[in-house]
Amino acid sequence: MRGVEKRYGAVLALSGVDLEVQPGEVHALVGENGAGKSTLMKVLSGAVAPDAGTMEIDGAPFAARGPIDARARGVAMIYQELNLAPDLTVQQNVMLGREARRFGVVLRARMRPAVEEALRFLDRADIAPTTRVRDLGPAARQVVEIARALVGEARLVVMDEPTSSLTQRDAERLLALVRRLRERGVTVIYISHFLEEVKRVADRYTVLRDGRTVATGDVGAAAVRAIVEQMVGRSVEEVFPRVPHEAGDVALSLEAISGTPLPRSATLELRRGEILGIGGLVGAGRTELLRAIFGLAPVRSGRVRVGAVVDAGTSPTARLGQGVGLLSEDRKEEGLALGMSIADNITLSHPRPFARAGWIDRRRQHAAASAWIERLGIRCQGPGQPVSELSGGNQQKVAVARLLHHGVDVLLLDEPTRGIDVGSKVEVYRLAGELAAAGKAILIVSSYVPELLGLCDRVAVMHRGVLGEARPAAEWTEREVVTEASRGAA
Amino acid sequence: MARPDAARAARLLSLLGPFLGLVLVVVLFAFLAPGRFLSAYNLATILTQTVIVALGAIGMTFVIVSGGIDLSVGSVVALASVVTAIALREQAHPALAIAAGVATGALFGAVNGGLVTGLGVAPFVVTLGTMGIARGIAKYLAEEQKVDAPASWVAELMSKSPEPSWLLVAPGVWMTLVLAVFFALVLGRTVFGTHTFAVGSNEATARLCGVRVGRTKLLVYLLAGSFAGLAGVMQFARLTVGDPTTAIGKELDVIAAVVIGGASLSGGSGTILGSMIGAFLMAVLANGCTLTGVPTYVQEILVGAIIVAAVAVDRLRRRRAVR
Repeated sequence: MRGVEKRYGAVLALSGVDLEVQPGEVHALVGENGAGKSTLMKVLSGAVAPDAGTMEIDGAPFAARGPIDARARGVAMIYQELNLAPDLTVQQNVMLGREARRFGVVLRARMRPAVEEALRFLDRADIAPTTRVRDLGPAARQVVEIARALVGEARLVVMDEPTSSLTQRDAERLLALVRRLRERGVTVIYISHFLEEVKRVADRYTVLRDGRTVATGDVGAAAVRAIVEQMVGRSVEEVFPRVPHEAGDVALSLEAISGTPLPRSATLELRRGEILGIGGLVGAGRTELLRAIFGLAPVRSGRVRVGAVVDAGTSPTARLGQGVGLLSEDRKEEGLALGMSIADNITLSHPRPFARAGWIDRRRQHAAASAWIERLGIRCQGPGQPVSELSGGNQQKVAVARLLHHGVDVLLLDEPTRGIDVGSKVEVYRLAGELAAAGKAILIVSSYVPELLGLCDRVAVMHRGVLGEARPAAEWTEREVVTEASRGAA
Repeated sequence: MARPDAARAARLLSLLGPFLGLVLVVVLFAFLAPGRFLSAYNLATILTQTVIVALGAIGMTFVIVSGGIDLSVGSVVALASVVTAIALREQAHPALAIAAGVATGALFGAVNGGLVTGLGVAPFVVTLGTMGIARGIAKYLAEEQKVDAPASWVAELMSKSPEPSWLLVAPGVWMTLVLAVFFALVLGRTVFGTHTFAVGSNEATARLCGVRVGRTKLLVYLLAGSFAGLAGVMQFARLTVGDPTTAIGKELDVIAAVVIGGASLSGGSGTILGSMIGAFLMAVLANGCTLTGVPTYVQEILVGAIIVAAVAVDRLRRRRAVR
């Protein structure tokens, strides 16, 4: 792959990526969250089309017109969220789309040997081809996916974070399996955050950062430290406007919170006038923690205390009443009602100021929304415009405006700057500082380490469901945060 | 960001579309059957024929905006007509009989809403079940025959020559009009209406914003049931008997009216005004076809084509809005 570019609207997800993978090697692709790894793999698999650049497979030009096309060329993807039909059997899943048939009738017996052979090769002959995938655990499901790739005679298998949802033992087995694939001459692109894993399984590696290839080399010759530095190294100069603020009383305290299944354990004290950041990998349980605090997910054990109140109610409605608000990481699916107007979205949680006996005074509602539009600099035609017509950054401001309009004291911000342009990011940072100065307590989950260190007063790292100790941001280095997040895998 | 003028025009078009369709059909029949079609008497007849579907469509608009569906409307109409007739037969005061009919509908609405929110069963399935249940109970109560009721002023509700004559059209038409205006305001201007839109537009967002999603849905189905009950009372008034086999498939007419009126079956959009235009459009079509001697089957084809056309126009509009 050479000079591959991909643009999503105003966001340049990939800006000139070069990736060269030798036949029969295990090639690790590493980089921070949002570095462009997943986008790159989508380009390779034909799920999205690149805006620029070329790809070649075995010297022949390759431009997948779609996933089926890519598969025909021997490229198989194994995604984080597995692509299996849970109600079909193992065999049906493995052979999906390439069933042996005669006159449209599926010949099950004919296909059986191939499926069994693949499972045997993967050292999982214990999985019966007639089992329903629904009844298998995550590790076995992954094996089924890999078997599908094998039966399809894939020459290039891409694995995206294959061990992130596995237990230690299953992760071990998977690494052994990757080596067997290599012995068979299959080329593997292995995407992982866990560098120890990479050291053990990969031959060579490529580092992506901010949508660019920044380094490539032999794994054997590189120290984990060096790879981390290449991942973290700063490229964009970012400004973190500092608004002076001071920590006051405890606004939110968590005592050994656990959920189902994540987080496993989180203890934390958040003060008024404080910005506290939570770092960690995607899937470590940070989002789940915020949702449990806000009452969107059940708390299995532990206590959430808001101000002086202990568990006065744990539904989102009750939490909002206690002055706790959540900014969802997923603007489109959860954060905003896209079809509704800006004014409706801003005032949805708190229409009371404009409502008399349930009747909304649209004029006053729109006037209030206009005030927020002006204060946050939301670029739009007016409060009546549907949110779907705004850019990502402006949509995010609408979601933030809702929390401000509600007047919450504790703001839970989940990836508040994801997918918005740099200018909007800086505005979000400044706003967070101003809110802290006004005595609000802010809990931020972010996968972008410079942001955590630049914006927050204290930072804690969550690792596989366990929240570490919160320490002043000045005591952390970027490398420490990344190391802490990726520690001890496999 | 979409071009402002295009976006605004597209939004206007969503109400304009069904309205233009209505005008087109009216002009067509005025041309085909001059005099007879446009007579005051015939217009009053069409309005009266609109009442039952229109009442159902008011409730259905709320349900569809909230992202749900209610298939039990036709059966509930029949059941409510039977209950009203039985109440009158048992010498109940007419007002009480009407209340009994509406309450029957409200009860089924509450059951629908309770099952949808309590068990989390898909509305399609829940109301498919209550559709059968309501029809069965109606037949049981009526002992599988029409229920005769003594003459009362209830029948006046749907009379084509209303008393006093200055009413011009049946009292049921005026009631429908008043209710439509009131509930258009409820949908557009109240917290409940906004929550209905929010639930249908994005349930996760609604939950995030502290909207009591379950309670909102329950109220929506309760409302739809009550309107089906009232439509059942009107059905009784029209037939002057309680008929357990009446209004079979009526729910589809009601849904069609709402969809023609610009609502999306995926929730989050729709207006009462649009639904009323949709209901009226279908009544005009039925009446005009009868007057001009167009066979019923042609009429069915036409209604089907209009539904598909309405949705197709809606899709095109959306695609343009997205771009």
